Amino acid sequence: MAESKKIATRESFGMALCELAKEHDDIVVLDADLAAATKTEIFKKAYPDRFFDCGIAEGNMIGVAAGLATAGKVPFAASFAMFATGRAYEQVRNSVGYPHLNVKIAGSHAGISVGEDGATHQCCEDLALMRTIPGMVVLNPADHYEMIEATKAAYAYDGPVYIRLGRLAIESFNDPDNYSFEIGKGITLEEGSDVTVIATGLVVNEALKAVRALKEKGLSVRLINMHTIKPIDKDIIIKAAKETGKIITVEEHNIIGGLGEAVAAVTAENCPVPVYRVGVEDVFGHSGPAVGLLAEFGLDAAGLEKKIAELAAK
Amino acid sequence: MEKSELLELQKTACKVRLWTIEGVFNAKSGHPGGSLSAADIMTYLYFKEMNVDPADPKKPDRDRFVLSKGHCCPALYAALALKGYFSTDEIKVLRHIGAMLQGHPDMKGTPGVDMSSGSLGQGVSAACGMALSAKLSSQDYRVYAMLGDGECEEGQVWEAAMFASHYKLDNLTLFVDFNGLQIDGTVADVAGLSDLQGKFASFGFEVITIDGHDFCAIEDAVNKAKSTKDKPTVIIANTIKGKGVSFMENQVGWHGKAPNADQYKIAMDELNAQLKAMEA
Repeated sequence: MAESKKIATRESFGMALCELAKEHDDIVVLDADLAAATKTEIFKKAYPDRFFDCGIAEGNMIGVAAGLATAGKVPFAASFAMFATGRAYEQVRNSVGYPHLNVKIAGSHAGISVGEDGATHQCCEDLALMRTIPGMVVLNPADHYEMIEATKAAYAYDGPVYIRLGRLAIESFNDPDNYSFEIGKGITLEEGSDVTVIATGLVVNEALKAVRALKEKGLSVRLINMHTIKPIDKDIIIKAAKETGKIITVEEHNIIGGLGEAVAAVTAENCPVPVYRVGVEDVFGHSGPAVGLLAEFGLDAAGLEKKIAELAAK
Repeated sequence: MEKSELLELQKTACKVRLWTIEGVFNAKSGHPGGSLSAADIMTYLYFKEMNVDPADPKKPDRDRFVLSKGHCCPALYAALALKGYFSTDEIKVLRHIGAMLQGHPDMKGTPGVDMSSGSLGQGVSAACGMALSAKLSSQDYRVYAMLGDGECEEGQVWEAAMFASHYKLDNLTLFVDFNGLQIDGTVADVAGLSDLQGKFASFGFEVITIDGHDFCAIEDAVNKAKSTKDKPTVIIANTIKGKGVSFMENQVGWHGKAPNADQYKIAMDELNAQLKAMEA
């Protein structure tokens, strides 16, 4: 069963890199002076010869990763989500995306749960930015076990992948003995017939608590963990639309351009049903403790329970 | 360099220029000026220096060339076609719908292109990655990248320069095609690179300045770069934008414009006359 110890997905990512490196000598890790924060330092300590700090120069880091990939290496380039996908967007688009190179980009400190550092570092646009690049796979794992498996899947996939990492230590809810990860395949965590909640990333566990509370109160809520934003799992969305008639998406990201719009596009074209987007409502974040911010933005279990009940009754 | 070898390179460079004009004319767009200024260096690399095989464009131990100033691909395409990577017929449909040869280099679609490029400032970073990979795997291939002088205004060039120097990438050689002109005017007027040699030297590079149309000078510089240890080399090549076509030489207006039919004829006549003189 899931252990109760909290762990941030950035840490799980660093551990996964080490696990992969044991078996694969083509893995190279790059960072832009944030190894201590993105947790690539775990890899750096274990494999110093395959770790390259690029300094505070994210655009160059992405280009170096592209060059390494042309020569057969499998580079993982990590920085904060804001800089890896924002500052270096054009390098990701033109040096990695266009030639479809085998580069893995890890964006840590995504979303408002960055906390005290505030709006400049709280990237709520990364999923949107990465989704728009042709051929880019976009992953947003929800807990420790999922991050480990997602990182392995990213390595196994031949092509560019963006992986979103969180700063905040969170509980793991997946059962490591009974878990499998496949790119592009959502996971149904709770069955239900009244309404479907589709959540992604760090807030999946909050949504899970909210859904379980609502079920105890008699609302039959289906919960899907959508760890892959692109390619989105159309089948699971269409099935949910047909069977529950209403979808609520939950993401720690701007409601513009993220999971909600990806889901709404699928339903609009295949099975139109109401889709309500819960997330960061086109505003910048601000400083404060991460847990407090999640509550303020209505993305903790209590906030989500209230919001889901309200939207389900619409 | 033997005189006969020099003459062969000069003839090949002239053919690269002819096919550059052919491509840009048929595309009715493109960048002749910087292609012509870079033609001699690309000719030297592909026909004298680099360990490459058109029959096996992806062979792992090949030397690499990154055209960071990707808009000058008409000259690269000409060199690759003449080297045997693909038919020169492809050049006649450069930039057309469905053509293999794109407006800027596409490594996925074009044999011999080692890196997609075109967005200025990004090529040196990729070249650093290739050079770093060689170091990691103890491979002895070399990596060449070509920048425009105006391109050196991009900040990423200097991020990459810092990286190359920090990691002692002595298997990396940069060329700066210093033709002195960019879209909005002279480089000096637009942004001013002032002491480019000093800038690269302070970033830890071996700096060599040459006449970029002198094959012997190019050879000497490349050999010096190959014998330089523990640091990357930049070869700042003073060139003439539009070199070889009289009315294009040193003219800002020929940065990104195709010749009309009359201009095309004059250009081809001039270049063919140069080739004929060399063959005589």
